[in-house]
Amino acid sequence: MSVKKTLFDKVWDSHVVHQIENGPDVLFIDRHMVHEVTSPVAFLGLKSRNIRVMHPEKTFATADHNTPTINQHLPVEDPLSANQLKMLEENANEYGISYWGLGHEKNGIVHVVGPEYGITQPGATIVCGDSHTSTHGAFGAIAFGIGTSEVEMVLATQCIMQPKPKSMRINITGELQYGVTPKDVALFIISQLSTSGATGYFVEYAGDVFKQMTMEGRMTVCNLSIEMGARGGMIAPDETTFHYVKGREFTPKGAAWDKAMDYWQTLYTDEGATFDKELTFDGSLIEPMITYGTNPGMGMGISKDIPNASSLSGGASSYKKSLQYMQFDEGDSMIGKPIDFVFLGSCTNGRIEDFRAFASIIKGRKKADNVTAWLVPGSHKVEDAIKEEGILDILTEAGFELREPGCSACLAMNDDKVPAGKLAVSTSNRNFEGRQGPGSRTLLASPLVAAAAAVTGKVTDPRTLMEETVATS
Amino acid sequence: MAYDKFTTLKSSAVPLPIENVDTDQIIPARFLKATERKGFGDNLFRDWRYNQDNTPKEDFVLNDSKYSGKILVGGKNFGSGSSREHAAWAVYDYGFRCVISSFFADIFRGNCLNVGVLPVQVSPAFLEKIFAEIEKDPKTAFEVDLKAQTVTILATGESESFDINAYKKDNMTNGFDDIDYLLNIKDRIQEFAKSTPL
Ligand code: SF4
Repeated sequence: MSVKKTLFDKVWDSHVVHQIENGPDVLFIDRHMVHEVTSPVAFLGLKSRNIRVMHPEKTFATADHNTPTINQHLPVEDPLSANQLKMLEENANEYGISYWGLGHEKNGIVHVVGPEYGITQPGATIVCGDSHTSTHGAFGAIAFGIGTSEVEMVLATQCIMQPKPKSMRINITGELQYGVTPKDVALFIISQLSTSGATGYFVEYAGDVFKQMTMEGRMTVCNLSIEMGARGGMIAPDETTFHYVKGREFTPKGAAWDKAMDYWQTLYTDEGATFDKELTFDGSLIEPMITYGTNPGMGMGISKDIPNASSLSGGASSYKKSLQYMQFDEGDSMIGKPIDFVFLGSCTNGRIEDFRAFASIIKGRKKADNVTAWLVPGSHKVEDAIKEEGILDILTEAGFELREPGCSACLAMNDDKVPAGKLAVSTSNRNFEGRQGPGSRTLLASPLVAAAAAVTGKVTDPRTLMEETVATS
Repeated sequence: MAYDKFTTLKSSAVPLPIENVDTDQIIPARFLKATERKGFGDNLFRDWRYNQDNTPKEDFVLNDSKYSGKILVGGKNFGSGSSREHAAWAVYDYGFRCVISSFFADIFRGNCLNVGVLPVQVSPAFLEKIFAEIEKDPKTAFEVDLKAQTVTILATGESESFDINAYKKDNMTNGFDDIDYLLNIKDRIQEFAKSTPL
């Protein structure tokens, strides 16, 4: 009888160049994405060892982390950011790596442009010096974030050394309620598992909810895998995946496509294959989610109250410290809390579908006066679609402005910083202390929740606005 | 990147009994703009360590002269968050050679091993004992023995063993890195590359 394998096993095992006894596997990497912040020291390392990039054709560079989101046609003002961008360009040129810098039509957030141009493919191993590389797992790829030493390693040898993680499958059954998005599914899972619940594991997402999900939605879910501690997350490729991938610039064409499809169609977990851990949740019980603390595991259904420390299994002092930072109390309701900023964007929720969702709520309404909103597309391709689909008109009509692509307020390395003490509803991925600027307070939520906050000026259940829309149209 | 070899370390420790210490606290994103690996220790725990006007926060442990040493002891789930190796560089550059916790985030643990900081995972009960000993006597010393894979509270003689794979252990005790290893099997990698479908 043949060995039953998981999707993860199939992709991992076929990329192992060498196994070290009592040590890591040497894993071959098919695609390496590079950006300006975590690469300079890696390139310095290559220089000091006097070696070249082994496979420049498998390496792709884009500028995103510290780029401004206005006036990108002008020189970057911050000298440190400008220097990092210049270094990336120089390194890309010197080593023959394709480089999509500021102003390039393909520029955008590394995890948004990878899939858009077909660099991301099923069954591939993909790494990048950014933890949300897990995004690409949506295609049935093994994709994970790496440190700078590892960036150097992959540049030099196209391999990485990693112990094989344990496997976990998370099944979400049933159907999602109206107003519940992939972001809510992910925040729900993290709230159940905590930020360390999947540490040491690679996750496969399965079940009806994911089968019905679009590629954009799957990317959002896989993106957030890292927030429960997992190395990465993946979803078996299916017709939705193949349809998305087909015809993109870097995807195989003609006979090569047929050959690739032969491989891709073998990428599923065999019936009877076992996981080190398996969890199942009922998708119909998930509400729109919001976080109230300083890690993504501190989230709850938007209609709930902030839990009491006494109801937790431990860590009460860290929990209280976190609420103190957020200026919230145990037992508080989140609904109705006045907010100052809204951020729509990032590799979690900066794709066209996210802008469509946002627009569906703000259409015919006005931005609240007390709110500063940063709407940042994940790439120029997303920006173009926003314009072509008429979404820009809806945004403008409602008093919003669209910025230029980049990571922006997701990690606030550029000027898009939430000031100290201010409260932001953000569609990004981390609500850590100061993540969006020193002293900033972040509530993570879906684009629908962000839109509802943007027009009402406070935390609002988007379903109340959606019903109104239905009733009046 | 070369780092100092690690064999045994006898030192007092700095306690940080907070859970889920994330990489944005260890080194905030605005300090990631360097293009060389230098000076990150100055900004280790920047926003917990300094006020906005750059004066030190008196109550933060790194500003408390009672505590010193080459070992940092953190609460559960230490190093969660981003892949920034800068976090491990900051820990190393500040002068720590070892971080003890009852649980580490994956990428941070890997990054530490790659830059010469030894992550030592102990049981929650032993972690509590370590915190309690430091509270009793901030100068109390610990011994981390990589060869024997043990950490010992010298004052009480209590000891616990920790895990590390043999390959990484070998690297750390010799100050080698993975690239040296991989370059040695370069021919095999190139042969493998020819057969990959993508
Ligand atoms: S948007 Fe945020 S998480 Fe995504 S790549 Fe940029 S910094 Fe990383």
